[in-house]
Amino acid sequence: MAKAKAKQQVHPLEELIRTERLPHIWCSGCGIGTVFSACLAAIQETGIDHKKFSMVSGIGCSGRGAGYVKLDSFHTTHGRAIPFATGIKMANPSLNVIVFSGDGDLFAIGGNHFIHAAHRNMDITVICINNFIYGMTGGQVAATTPHLDKSSTTPYGNPETPFNLPLMAYASGATYVARWTMIHSNDLTDSFVEAINHKGFSFIEVLSPCPINYGRRNKIKSLNMLKMFQDNTIIKNNADPAELDIDFKKGVVLGKFVDIDKPTPDENYEKVCMMRE
Amino acid sequence: MKPKVLTGEHFINGDLACAEGAIAAGCMFFGAYPITPATEVAERMSERLPDVCGVFIQMEDEIAAMTSILGAAWTGVKTMTATSGPGFSLMMETVGLSVVTETPCVVVNVQRGGPSTGLPTMGAQGDMMQAKWGSHGDYEIIAIAPSSPQEMFDLTIEAFNLSEKYRVPVFIMSDEVVGHMSEKVMIPEAKEIKTISRIQPKGRKDQFKPFQPGPNGVSPMPAIGEGYNVHVTGLTHDEQGYPVMSVETHKEMMDRLLGKIRNNLDDIIRVEEYLLDDADIVIVSYGVSARTSFTSVDMLREMGIKVGLLRLITVWPFPEEMIRDLSKRVKGFVTVEINLGQISREVQRCAGANAPSYLVGHAGGTVITPDEVINLIKEAFE
Amino acid sequence: MKYWRAPLDSDEIIVVRGKVNIIKDRCKGCGYCIEFCPREVLESSKEFNAKGYHPPKVKSDGCLNCHYCELLCPEFAIYTEEADPVEKTR
Repeated sequence: MAKAKAKQQVHPLEELIRTERLPHIWCSGCGIGTVFSACLAAIQETGIDHKKFSMVSGIGCSGRGAGYVKLDSFHTTHGRAIPFATGIKMANPSLNVIVFSGDGDLFAIGGNHFIHAAHRNMDITVICINNFIYGMTGGQVAATTPHLDKSSTTPYGNPETPFNLPLMAYASGATYVARWTMIHSNDLTDSFVEAINHKGFSFIEVLSPCPINYGRRNKIKSLNMLKMFQDNTIIKNNADPAELDIDFKKGVVLGKFVDIDKPTPDENYEKVCMMRE
Repeated sequence: MKPKVLTGEHFINGDLACAEGAIAAGCMFFGAYPITPATEVAERMSERLPDVCGVFIQMEDEIAAMTSILGAAWTGVKTMTATSGPGFSLMMETVGLSVVTETPCVVVNVQRGGPSTGLPTMGAQGDMMQAKWGSHGDYEIIAIAPSSPQEMFDLTIEAFNLSEKYRVPVFIMSDEVVGHMSEKVMIPEAKEIKTISRIQPKGRKDQFKPFQPGPNGVSPMPAIGEGYNVHVTGLTHDEQGYPVMSVETHKEMMDRLLGKIRNNLDDIIRVEEYLLDDADIVIVSYGVSARTSFTSVDMLREMGIKVGLLRLITVWPFPEEMIRDLSKRVKGFVTVEINLGQISREVQRCAGANAPSYLVGHAGGTVITPDEVINLIKEAFE
Repeated sequence: MKYWRAPLDSDEIIVVRGKVNIIKDRCKGCGYCIEFCPREVLESSKEFNAKGYHPPKVKSDGCLNCHYCELLCPEFAIYTEEADPVEKTR
C-alpha cells in the first residue's frame, strides 16, 4: 500500500555523508563515488570513533571527496594534502588521518611530499584514485596516462609511458602498499580497513574509470572499462613491485604487495626527543 | 628539561630570541626548512619544543613546512615556521590557503638581499610588499617589524596573540641584521606574559557554522577530534564552510575576511612616535632601519632641524589615517628602508598631494647610515 | 535452484534473501549495478527520475543480500537489507 512504501530509505553510509550536499559533482559512471563508498564502509567497519578520523584531500575530482564526508575534512591546495596531513598527525598522533586524492595531485605536483611521507613512514593512509588523466581540468595527460592514449594535451597519443605507482611507494619506504580497482569493492574495503589499522604509511592505488575526459576521448565506454578491470587484471598478492606496470594487454597485477611493521615518526619523536635522558 | 619561560637576562641573537618568544607564547608545533639567515630559529625550536612537549619537524621544502603548520593548527595548537626570501616566495600559495581557511599561524621572514638567491648572509627589507601582496587575490594580513632582539622576543608573543585573536597568518618581518645581532634580552616571569588563544565554540555541535563571524568578526575555531565535523576548503565558501561558486557568496566571504582586519585597525596597528608633536619633517621607518632613524632624528635636532620619527611596529595593516593626518601639517616625509622603495610608496600614496615623500634606501646588503638620512633631508628640505 | 534430488541437509540450511532498496532520485543511470549483480536481479526501468535518468528496478527475486550493488554504486542510490528467508528448497 502507498502508506507502507513511505518508509524512509536510509543508505547505511549516510551517517558519514553530508547528504545535504548530494548529488555530488562526479559524473555518471565515475569510479570515485565507489571508492568513496568503500572508504566510508571501511571507516564504519574499523569500529573506531568517527570523531578520531580526519580526511584531507587536494585539488581535482578525487579531491572533492573531502567535501562530502561528514568528518573533520580539509580541501587543501594542489599537491599539498600530504604535508597538511603530516601536520595533523604529528600534532595529534591519536587521530586517524586519511588522504583521499588523485593520481595527478599526489604524484605529479605532490610527488616530493609523497616520497618523504612514505620514507618517514608517517602514520597516515593515502588513497590514490588513479583514473589515468587530469579529470577536473578537462582531460590533460597525467604521469599515469597509458602509452598512446589521447588526452587534451596529447592529441596525437601519449608519447610517454605510465608511472608504476606501487613501485614508487615501495621504493620510498611505504610499509603497506596495495592496488585494486573500483570493481573489486570487497577486497578494496578490506584493504582500507587494514590500511587504517596499519601503523605506518599505507598506500592504496585504486584504478577507476573517468567516463567523460578519459573514456570519451579514448572511445572506451566506462562499462567496458569495468569489464577490462574484471578480465584484464590478475590478483597476485606479494608480487614484485617492479612487475606492476600498467599494461592492460599484458594484464595489470592487483593485490597487497607490502605489509610490514616499522616505527612511525610520532613514536620515534616521543622516544628520541621528548623522553630523552 | 628547561622550563617554558626562561626568565632572566640573556645575551642572544634575534633569531634565538624569536624562538624563545614563540615557546613563551605557547607555540607547540614548528614546521621547519633551513634557510640562511632564519635557520637559527628552527634550530632553537628543535631544542626547546621537546621541553614543552611540543613537536618539531623538518619538512622536505618550504611549501611542506608552511602546509604542515596549517594542518597542525587545526588540531588546536599554536604553530610557526621561519624562512627568508626564497622560501617566502614558495610559501605564498599556502599563505592564501591560511587566509581563506582562517587558520592562525606565525611566519617569520628574516629578510635577506634579494631577488632570487641574492645575498644570503646580508640583510635587506625587500619583502615588505610581498608580505601584503605575495599571494594571489585580495586579502589582509598582519605584518610586524621588530627592531631588536628584545623586540624579537616581545613581538613574537604579540604576533601569536594577534594571529589567535583574528585567525589570520601574522608575519614577523625581521631581517638578517636583527636576526643575527646579539643583544641583551630580558625574559620576564611567566605570569607577566599575556597570551591569547582562539575562541572555542559553544552550543550544539550539529548546528555549528564554522565561518559565521562572532562579535568582533571572528568565528570560534574547533579542533579536529571534538566532533564538530567542520569542512575547511580553499574554495570560496559559505558560513557552513561548503564551497559555493557564486558572486554573492564570494563577496560575503571577502567582506568577512577583510572586515576582520579592516574593522579592527585600532586594536591591531601599533606604532612608536618619537618627537613627532612639533616635527616639520617625519621619518617613517621600521625594523633595523628604525635604529638608524632614531640616531638620525637626534643628530638632525642638534642641527636645529625639527625632525620626528614614526616607527611602524605593525607595517601591515599600514597606518593610512595617521599618515594622512600628518601630511596635513608637516613639510614632508622621508621613508628609510633597505629596499628600492616599498613602504615609501604607501607613505606617498597616503600623503598624496599634501606633502612630498622621499626615500632613503638601497637594494640591500648593509644597514642605512644616519649620514645618508641627514644628507637627503638637508638636500630635499633646504 | 533445481536439484536432481533434495540435499540431505536441506531442512537445516536457510538461504539468506535480500530486499533491494533503490533511492531513485540519486541514480545517475551508470548501469553498474544492473551489469554486475551476480544474480541478475536488476534491469533498467522505463521511468525517469527527477534528473532525467532511468533508475534500475528489481526484475526477479533472487537477491541474496550480498551488498555488491551497494558497494559498487557511486551515488549511494542502492542498498540491500536482509529479507525474510525463503522456506526450504524442495
